[in-house]
Amino acid sequence: MADKEMVRFAIDGQEVEAEKGTMLLPVALEYGFEIPHLCYHEAVSPYGACRLCLVEVTKRGRTRLTTSCNYPVDEGIDVTTDSEDIQRARRMILELLLARAPHSERIKKLAYEAGIKETRFSLMDVGDCILCGLCERVCREVVGADAISFISRGDKRDVGPPFADPIACIACGACVYICPTDCIKMEERGDERTIVKWNRTLKMQECKSCGKPFAPLFQLNWIIDKVNLPKDFYDLCPVCRAGR
Amino acid sequence: MKKAQLEKILKRYDYQDSDLLAILQDVQTQENYLPRKTLEEVAERLAIPLARVYKLATFYRTFSLTPRGRHLINVCLGTACHVRGATMVLERLKRDLGVKAGGTTKDLRFTLDTVRCIGCCSLGPVVVINEEIFGKLNQEKAAKLLKEYN
Repeated sequence: MADKEMVRFAIDGQEVEAEKGTMLLPVALEYGFEIPHLCYHEAVSPYGACRLCLVEVTKRGRTRLTTSCNYPVDEGIDVTTDSEDIQRARRMILELLLARAPHSERIKKLAYEAGIKETRFSLMDVGDCILCGLCERVCREVVGADAISFISRGDKRDVGPPFADPIACIACGACVYICPTDCIKMEERGDERTIVKWNRTLKMQECKSCGKPFAPLFQLNWIIDKVNLPKDFYDLCPVCRAGR
Repeated sequence: MKKAQLEKILKRYDYQDSDLLAILQDVQTQENYLPRKTLEEVAERLAIPLARVYKLATFYRTFSLTPRGRHLINVCLGTACHVRGATMVLERLKRDLGVKAGGTTKDLRFTLDTVRCIGCCSLGPVVVINEEIFGKLNQEKAAKLLKEYN
């Protein structure tokens, strides 16, 4: 395999090194720079939706504001992670996000830290979803269930299962975990698990040893099918399996 | 849509999922909308997730998930048409057809929709019915146009 091409560049005056073509945000975070971000997660591809990870990049004498999560690093670029322009843009973005997701603790905290007391925009009733696409990406790229996607566009844009019918959802909860605004809720009642936003309720498998329901049967069978596991692989819950 | 008809379309694109958009366009042209069952079959035959098909089908305006009328009326509401009275033309058509913008008449004769400029502003207000463009309209003229279509 060919050697990885490394490039050197500067973040806030500090010399850093990274493999050519990697995205700027993870490199900056690795080096300990703090850049706020909502729609980026290391497990999935970058998307550039939330716009919070704005930085200033100077390349060949030209400076521009750009999202760092989907900016491939290059030799000799000069990155500024905090400037007045960045702060101004970020405050506006946070106000807009706050109007979409007024209940989100994470956005409230970010807004507070940026010095925003309240948003000037009228609050939207969209259940705190900021359309960052993390749930959609994790479902497709990590889980592989492809149960949800973006729907429509413009002001009608939404995310959900096709035809509002969550037939491919395995209720694994990856979307619940990754959602930055906690707008996808999961409930477990008795031996049933519900992903509230997708309206998916599945029966859970009971552990053959301790009797506790631990994961949706549909999900377990789906995994067994996908990676050719023995049929009885998930008879025991993770706790009992570890104890054997 | 009959299975054989869909199969013919899919074959035309060699069952390539990269041609999904073209496939959906052909289905839309033939059926005048994208039936849920057909979309499910497309997903199955191309071995791609239904979510991906649905995402595309809901993104583009050329597609409709509900049956469209035999004739598609697009009223231009671009700036030029707007200042020349396109809203009044639209209001008249809405009243005569008894539907809202984006709606379809019960007899499936017309679907009324709006667009934001079709690039012939000197003719405004403009209405496009199917592929045909009618310019310099007013309420009266627009209402008369409907008679030509069955």
